[in-house]
Amino acid sequence: MSTEDTEKKHIFDSPKNVQKVLYGLFGCLVLLLALEPFVHKHSYFPWEESFGFYAIYGFVACVLLVLAAKYILRPLVKREEDYYD
Amino acid sequence: MIEFIPPAFIFIAGALLVPLLRGRVKSAYMLILPAISFFFLINAQVGTAWEINFLGFDLVPFKVDRLSLIFGYIFHLISLIGIIYTLNIKSDLEYMAGLVYAGSALGVVFAGDLFTFFVFWEMLTVSALWLIWARRTKASQAAGFRYLMVHVFGGLVLLAGIIMYISEQKSISLGFIGLHSPATYFIFIGMGINAAWPLLHTWLPDAYPESTVGGAVFLSAFTTKTAVYALARTFPGTEELIWIGAVMTAFPIFFAVIENDMRRVLSYSLINQVGFMMVGIGIGTQLSINGTAAHAFAHILYKSLLFMSMGAVMFRTGKINATDLGGLYKSMPWTALFCTIGAASISAFPLTSGFVSKSMVIDAAAHGHMSIIWLALVFASAGVFHHSGIKIPFFAFFSHDAGHRVKEAPPSMLIAMGIAAFFCIFLGVYPKFLYSILPYPVDFVPYTASHVLFQLQLLMFSALAFTLLLLSGIYPAEIRAINLDSDWLYRKGGRLFYRAMDKSLNAINKAVEQVFVGQFLVELTNHVKRLPPTVLAKICWPFWKTAYEAPDKKTIHENLLKRARSGFYPISIIGLFAAIYFALLFLL
Repeated sequence: MSTEDTEKKHIFDSPKNVQKVLYGLFGCLVLLLALEPFVHKHSYFPWEESFGFYAIYGFVACVLLVLAAKYILRPLVKREEDYYD
Repeated sequence: MIEFIPPAFIFIAGALLVPLLRGRVKSAYMLILPAISFFFLINAQVGTAWEINFLGFDLVPFKVDRLSLIFGYIFHLISLIGIIYTLNIKSDLEYMAGLVYAGSALGVVFAGDLFTFFVFWEMLTVSALWLIWARRTKASQAAGFRYLMVHVFGGLVLLAGIIMYISEQKSISLGFIGLHSPATYFIFIGMGINAAWPLLHTWLPDAYPESTVGGAVFLSAFTTKTAVYALARTFPGTEELIWIGAVMTAFPIFFAVIENDMRRVLSYSLINQVGFMMVGIGIGTQLSINGTAAHAFAHILYKSLLFMSMGAVMFRTGKINATDLGGLYKSMPWTALFCTIGAASISAFPLTSGFVSKSMVIDAAAHGHMSIIWLALVFASAGVFHHSGIKIPFFAFFSHDAGHRVKEAPPSMLIAMGIAAFFCIFLGVYPKFLYSILPYPVDFVPYTASHVLFQLQLLMFSALAFTLLLLSGIYPAEIRAINLDSDWLYRKGGRLFYRAMDKSLNAINKAVEQVFVGQFLVELTNHVKRLPPTVLAKICWPFWKTAYEAPDKKTIHENLLKRARSGFYPISIIGLFAAIYFALLFLL
């Protein structure tokens, strides 16, 4: 089984399939934004009214999260694996 | 016939028989235990309460209401799933610890008085410890000890609070407590340690990743959720919990992003999820308490599913660090699928359990017009997708191929993951089932067009952020390293404290020995030796001086000193003392 496994081409071994996934993702994003005007909003907060609030918030939040974790938190807390030994 | 047996009794007494059985009988027996217990439980009426008078207190070892029932149901379900998962890990220690652990959690949930509550609460700690130690590595041993220390401390804080509270209230019944006196603060913090509040949380990401493959599945379900139940029972509507919960949802995701150990990533996201439940308890409305209970129910399933999938990866490859994993979808496709379902659920994708439960808590915050809390929760929702939803499946099963060519997880593990995955989707597709067992009547509609669309926007644009950061190389590379957390305080601080105490106290000890033993005592003995003859010589000199052949003062002094050493004094001196003694007797 293991020899068969190594020879067999798997779905994400081909860059084409990876690209398809990416295009799929981009297509979804456009679709999700395109649908927004057709949806009746019942907002609790004023900022929910603005177009694409959730999309922008999700994107910005994640970018800030990663940047903060990488450039602020990691230099502060990273130690060798045997730090406590 | 026996009408009812409490679940805690069935689990704990049942655990004792496990080592006596062998092979298939043992497997069947362990699967039947939660089934029997569940059978009794569904026949229990809401409002059932057993009362026993003990030393003037009313013990209520078993009490059922709707809040305890939903926790009871999910604890049964997850015990069954956990047992199936561990069937091929032949370890009696883990089986017994797991059953006692689940039984203790059920004991807490159905406890009607503070005494029963506390006994089961402590059993929870003790039994959980064995699920960590059963890994039998040096790291797990050390982490287990730290786990024990933290929880013993937490237990003592809780006990102190309970004792003070009982003496205030003159009753041991367990019900709403609320923050109003020092006793209640002690109880609050004691429970908070088990709920992994910020700064008190480090036992969790410290110990859970060091536990056994199956142990982590049990651990992820019971300790924190028992604390969630306890806080929901005793402190609903406590505003502090809203803020504690909001911090809990936000800060662990930063740690999760840079963490290498996959089960530690899951531990951080566990804290993040419990944060949502804390907010729900803190808001204290019917919607939010329902949200907390529903989220606990859904969370136990998808979190254990994620721990099971990572456990299966560890079971097969022996590796758990993201740096050592990747490309496993090729050899473990089912595990990859189940992991992805768990990841989708924790991220609250529509049609998964997380969507129908988490949105109740977020909506409750919106109903209360808590804008900062709401923004924090939405931020945490995006963040949890980022690290648990994408990072876990991506780095384990996709990403670069680490070259592991292993077998798919054993059937028992796949079945357990399959059941959990089924419930993740079932609850998402048919939320009425979950809503029907919530503590309060539900009029909440999760599937509105705007809600679904906005949730998808939030998640997909988070995915876009991940993709772009990864493709641009900004996404932090997985590094073989550990990250400090506030447990540094007691891990390094403990050592520092030891060293400081060692240096300071031992130095004082040494100095005192030098001064006291080496100098002072020597001086004192010398002085004591010299004192009587010196005094005597002083007293007697006037008399001796008048004697006709008196030697000089120095000779007399030396003579007296010699006699003092041998303890031999001239009779006249003893006579003088006797005279003084009688004179004193006479005068006084």
